[in-house]
Amino acid sequence: MKNSFFMKNPSLLVFLGLLALFTLGVTLMSEAYGSGLVSTSFVKTLGKTLCLALVAIAMDLVWGYTGILSLGHFAFFGVGGYMIGMWLMYARTEIIVVNSMASAPIPPTASELSDAIGSQIFGVVGSSDFPAIWMFADSLVLQLFMVVLVPGLVALVFGWLAFRSRVTGVYLSILTQAMTLALSLYLFQNDSGLRGNNGLSGLQNLPGADNIPQSVISIWFLWGSALALALTYIATSFVVSGKFGSVIRGIRDDEARVRFLGYSVEGYKLFVFVLTAIMAAIGGALYYPQAGIINPAEIAPIASIYLAVWVAIGGRGRIYGAVIGAVVVSLVSTWFTGGQAPNINLGFYVVKWVDWWQVLLGLSFVLVTLFAPKGIGGLVDLFTGRLAPSRKGAPLGPDAGSLREEEAEK
Amino acid sequence: MTLNFKATLASALFATTAMASGALAADCTTKVGVLHSLSGSMAISETTLKDVMLMLIDEQNAKGGVLGCELEAVVVDPASDWPLFAEKARELLTVHDVDVMFGNWTSVSRKSVLPVIEELNGLLFYPVQYEGEESSKNVFYTGAAPNQQAIPATDYFLDELGVEKFALLGTDYVYPRTTNNILESYLKDKGIAAEDIFVNYTPFGHSDWSKIVADVVALGADGKKVGVISTINGDANIGFYKELASAGISADDIPVVAFSVGEEELSGLDTSNLVGHLAAWNYFQSAESELNDEFIAAWKTRMGEERVTNDPMEAHYIGFNMWVNAAEAAGTTDVDAVRTAMYGQEFPNLTGGTAVMGVNHHLAKPVLIGEIQADGQFDIISQTTEVPGDAWTDFLPESAVLMSDWKDLGCGMYNTETKTCVQLKSNY
Amino acid sequence: MIRFLSVVFMLIMTLGLAAQAQDANIQDVLQEHREAIEKSSRKTIAPAIDAIAASGLPSAQTVLQKWQSKDMWQRKSDGQFFYAEKVDSKTYTIFAFEGGTPLGDIAKADLDQLKPNSGIRAMIGAALVQFQLNDPDPVRRQEAILAIQRDGEASHLAPLRASIASEADPDIKALKEVTERLLTISYDTDDAARVTAIQGFNGALSLEARAALNPVLSTKITLKDSLPETANIKRKIIAGSDALSVSDAFDMLVASGVTQAQPTVSERKDALAANIVDGKVGGVAVADLNTQDARDRAYQTLAEAGTVPAWDAGFSEADAVKSAAFVEVYDESSKAVTDAAEATLKTIDRAVGLNQTLDLALDGLSLASIYFLAAIGLAITFGVMGVINMAHGEFIMMGAYTGYVVQQIIPDYTLSIIVAIPAAFMVTFAAGVAMERLIIRWLYNRPLETLLASFGVAIALQQIAKNIFGTQARPLTSPAWLDGALVFNDVLAISYIRIAIFVLAGIFLAVFLFIMKKTRLGLETRAVTQNPRMAASMGINPDRVNMLTFGLGSGIAGIAGVAIGLYAKVTSEMGADYIVQSFMTVVVGGVGNIWGTLLGALGIGFLQKGIEWLNPSNTLAAQTYMIVFIIIFIQFRPKGIIALKGRAAGD
Repeated sequence: MKNSFFMKNPSLLVFLGLLALFTLGVTLMSEAYGSGLVSTSFVKTLGKTLCLALVAIAMDLVWGYTGILSLGHFAFFGVGGYMIGMWLMYARTEIIVVNSMASAPIPPTASELSDAIGSQIFGVVGSSDFPAIWMFADSLVLQLFMVVLVPGLVALVFGWLAFRSRVTGVYLSILTQAMTLALSLYLFQNDSGLRGNNGLSGLQNLPGADNIPQSVISIWFLWGSALALALTYIATSFVVSGKFGSVIRGIRDDEARVRFLGYSVEGYKLFVFVLTAIMAAIGGALYYPQAGIINPAEIAPIASIYLAVWVAIGGRGRIYGAVIGAVVVSLVSTWFTGGQAPNINLGFYVVKWVDWWQVLLGLSFVLVTLFAPKGIGGLVDLFTGRLAPSRKGAPLGPDAGSLREEEAEK
Repeated sequence: MTLNFKATLASALFATTAMASGALAADCTTKVGVLHSLSGSMAISETTLKDVMLMLIDEQNAKGGVLGCELEAVVVDPASDWPLFAEKARELLTVHDVDVMFGNWTSVSRKSVLPVIEELNGLLFYPVQYEGEESSKNVFYTGAAPNQQAIPATDYFLDELGVEKFALLGTDYVYPRTTNNILESYLKDKGIAAEDIFVNYTPFGHSDWSKIVADVVALGADGKKVGVISTINGDANIGFYKELASAGISADDIPVVAFSVGEEELSGLDTSNLVGHLAAWNYFQSAESELNDEFIAAWKTRMGEERVTNDPMEAHYIGFNMWVNAAEAAGTTDVDAVRTAMYGQEFPNLTGGTAVMGVNHHLAKPVLIGEIQADGQFDIISQTTEVPGDAWTDFLPESAVLMSDWKDLGCGMYNTETKTCVQLKSNY
Repeated sequence: MIRFLSVVFMLIMTLGLAAQAQDANIQDVLQEHREAIEKSSRKTIAPAIDAIAASGLPSAQTVLQKWQSKDMWQRKSDGQFFYAEKVDSKTYTIFAFEGGTPLGDIAKADLDQLKPNSGIRAMIGAALVQFQLNDPDPVRRQEAILAIQRDGEASHLAPLRASIASEADPDIKALKEVTERLLTISYDTDDAARVTAIQGFNGALSLEARAALNPVLSTKITLKDSLPETANIKRKIIAGSDALSVSDAFDMLVASGVTQAQPTVSERKDALAANIVDGKVGGVAVADLNTQDARDRAYQTLAEAGTVPAWDAGFSEADAVKSAAFVEVYDESSKAVTDAAEATLKTIDRAVGLNQTLDLALDGLSLASIYFLAAIGLAITFGVMGVINMAHGEFIMMGAYTGYVVQQIIPDYTLSIIVAIPAAFMVTFAAGVAMERLIIRWLYNRPLETLLASFGVAIALQQIAKNIFGTQARPLTSPAWLDGALVFNDVLAISYIRIAIFVLAGIFLAVFLFIMKKTRLGLETRAVTQNPRMAASMGINPDRVNMLTFGLGSGIAGIAGVAIGLYAKVTSEMGADYIVQSFMTVVVGGVGNIWGTLLGALGIGFLQKGIEWLNPSNTLAAQTYMIVFIIIFIQFRPKGIIALKGRAAGD
């Protein structure tokens, strides 16, 4: 069985091998454990990129395999970050407050302690009473549950309502986008109890780990992110390779037929939607401690659309495609916007990539959609010899998904 | 794929650095990090500050640099992306080994870099008016704290305009929230009843102001003079002022004082209907002094005739010159030595008078109130003497007991009641 | 005749006064108050203004007027005051106040301008009232009345009453009469006159009327026993009700000395900290004081020993205030006046409430028309053709920038708007056609990919706009005839620009209906949308129809951009602000039906205003709840308000 699982997913072993090599390589070149060739800030960038690859896999599963173009998965990513951020902030502040209160003549009561933590976290813009949402923030274990539970529940409720009333296609996309917008607007409010526009900050400082330098912590997180990515990759491969995978691909290609075959389409969709939301949240919970700050701007609808862009450019419907897309686009984007790309002097006009990168990204996105729907991952097909009809969207068969005879023969 | 990463990595390590042309060719260079967004939503405000920094560094190099060493500007672009600020700050401190950084605009970006510079013991000069309630060992705040902008403006409303009822309108983020909280508490101390204070928060870029303006007008129904204190940010001001103008609200009926509207913001507006409304800053381009004329002339020569100067630019001007003088006084650019030498540093303001750096890392600066004129400039109608910046406001009970003194107490958050240092690092 | 006589009388009076004061000099008066004038603070300026106004000198009015308009200058060398006119940026001509004789040109550097702030300007205005009420210039007279309405004083009452009879201009006369009644309410000493004046404002909506009436009714809550018998009591207050909280009531009792305050939690804690003996307080070890319970026990022990003030753990503030009688009492002593004011204000409140509701409805309608305008192009491309165009917002932005560019070329605002509207239509029509030809037509069978590709176009367009125009907002100024507002009364008003948007939305609706129902293009569009192959076999060119329809939708978005830019702002991100709302409008209304889009816009507009009204201090919350509400609505009516039925519904 195991053998056949790997046989079905030849990319899995290659991917795991490359990931292990990469992680080891970076560790050996890091400031903490090796030659110091890779700066700590770049280790963090790489660790974050792995998390982005993780959420891209989730997006690929929900869009590339199941055909639900969700424009809300980055919101789940952000919610995951918020959940872990709450514990990081609370625990760090608690240590500070306990230390500063230790010198008081009378030991503090539990409620005085929590008031002091509250006024440290919210400053003068909130009350010192913790909002209900911070109920479990004092416990790492409970808050880790929340990382999975909160996005999972949001996805469950939203997905159940949406799939039950048969909202599909672009309507669903717009609806998920509206959900993302509502969530980010909600978090922008100071009254929502999550520090409004400022969000949660100082997340890179792990509570109780003040003496461990960031160069070491960054490597821990790199390994953590790599491990999570590997597990996600395996889990996704597993999900899409069996009968379940066949059903969700069937739903993608023709939902009505799958329904007529007696499958509970809504159940499958809901499962995938919730599963990917949880994956995204785990990615976020690993990402934001490396980034150091989570705020509502991270959840803005545009971020989720970029997620779709990565997956589309990398290649939908193949897991390694999502990884390639996320890694390439986010790193190239960093390179261009970081001012490292050389300017092009056209004589009458100097193209500054800081200004023109977005234009290039937008246009390349249009081009990929039009001419290379399989994305960068499609290049692999050139080697494996898998070819698909190129019709640029023109209807040629009895319905959009089917092959013509001459195409099938190729 | 590994190859791919290495290529990116190699290029990332050799980030472009803008070389400041210098008049001397010393073998030593002192690196100055410039951490302002050059792209994204904040680029319009922050690019100007980057240009000011490059101008100041060039001028200093022409004078012989610092401690005989040429200054080199290292410019990075955090792209208005708050987590990226932390990443770029780390890059500046560890990869480029800069001795000092000048940067940031928004509070959230400052909160993002704070843990990094405190961990790596960097030095940051922050040039924008902000909400206070913070004093980091590694940051010098050259912009206004609330008591250098909001409180004097409110006093002006109370004493000079006789305002009895206040509408505090703000964009929903931490600066307006904190400022309005401080003002609410301050106004109550001054005997303004709670029901005479109307508070409203709107989203960034809000455009539909009719109802809010109507609400403000309706406040006047009980015969009290109404004034608006606006902490509305950025583009939203345009819709707000347009609605004010079309509702025919003159500055004589309901004066509006803004804390985030300067020369630059007004250039997006037809100001003929807004004449007489107010703004409070520590600097206006229209300030009359020789230093200011020189500064404006140098800026216009470098950047073009149509460019305006504003308050954060003056803050960088003062901050940079103070840092140069402190480094010269300390004989080194080492962060701890410079910090010690910064306390008590004096430098002339562009508006006249002298700015002094306090032990709480805030400047003493005069507060100016200007009336908007038809040409988009401000007519300065009130100028105070230098007001020392207060890190922890005295007008909220929980922070009134706190003080910051890095020189003698060595603590940025000292509780004067319990006589203990609450924490050495900041509460980011 | 009477008027003529009175003018002659005034003239004689003035001349007489002038002759009398010939030897006094206005400069002396100014010099006497030089310090206060230089300091220019509202708190200290009053004597200076009073002295000038009361000097009786003919030039007093000139001085005050010049001072008020920031035209008064001071010579640095000797501190003399003049008024000055600009010659060039460095030189000014100075004039003496008496007779206005020019005293020569002087360098600006040797002069100081006096800049009274608006508080002082208002005081000067009030002082000028006595001079201006009978001024031959009607504008001056109106200014004087305005000054009274802003800063009325008891001393204005007599001159104002005197000036009414001789007033010739009927409008100003009416204004003076109203103002006289307002002043009567506030300052007259005769209660009967005040009651009459108050009753005159029955049902009046003006802000001034309410501003005069409300102070009459100002009240305070106090202990009944502290009041004299004659106090004008409004009503009894029960402590613990909305009007008076228990703790406020208790504080009042404590302040009046009726009862003693209990030590608070933090006071008790301080007391404990002050009484630590050998690591113990009241028999409890310090380390155990980390619960409130232990602290209470320790404190009780100390209290029993008498070392700290007594504290009753079972004490309840609610019980303590029960026995006391609280009342709300008017500051105004005359019951007749307050009764009349209450009655009048009641009628006013009813009228105000009605008008506020109407105003809110107008706001909702205006917001709805803005949403409708932003969404109508989408109603064509998305609603009729079924194409998701995420770049729709950027077409709005392109239209707005076109308006901006046209305004740079044509400085006349009216003409530039007339040019900008067709120009914006053409630019975005062309952009729409190009986009349809190059991108959309390849993707008609892949709607999700249309969404993504058009999003690619959107981010590219947004960035290009940033590169060309910068990220700063650009001004798009409306012509003068769209400035200001249509004012029904002091409560109900709507700005002309919003009316214009409303009209524009109506025109678009009509045009849309006309094109779709009455023209060949509309017929062909509907045919192609319902069944492209059948339409093609009937001789319709579906490519051409799709192209034109998409162009039309985009073009309308461009015009909407001009309108939205006029009322709000022009930035590269303005499109993104409207895109989600626009899609919501179309989806809520029901795809494929323009009336649905209209209903959707109305629903969303009114809903948002309604939520804002319920929660006036947080507009952001209103937007959040609105979106959540829409999401829930779509769950229960996925096809929108007006759902297509039968074949047209498709899948």
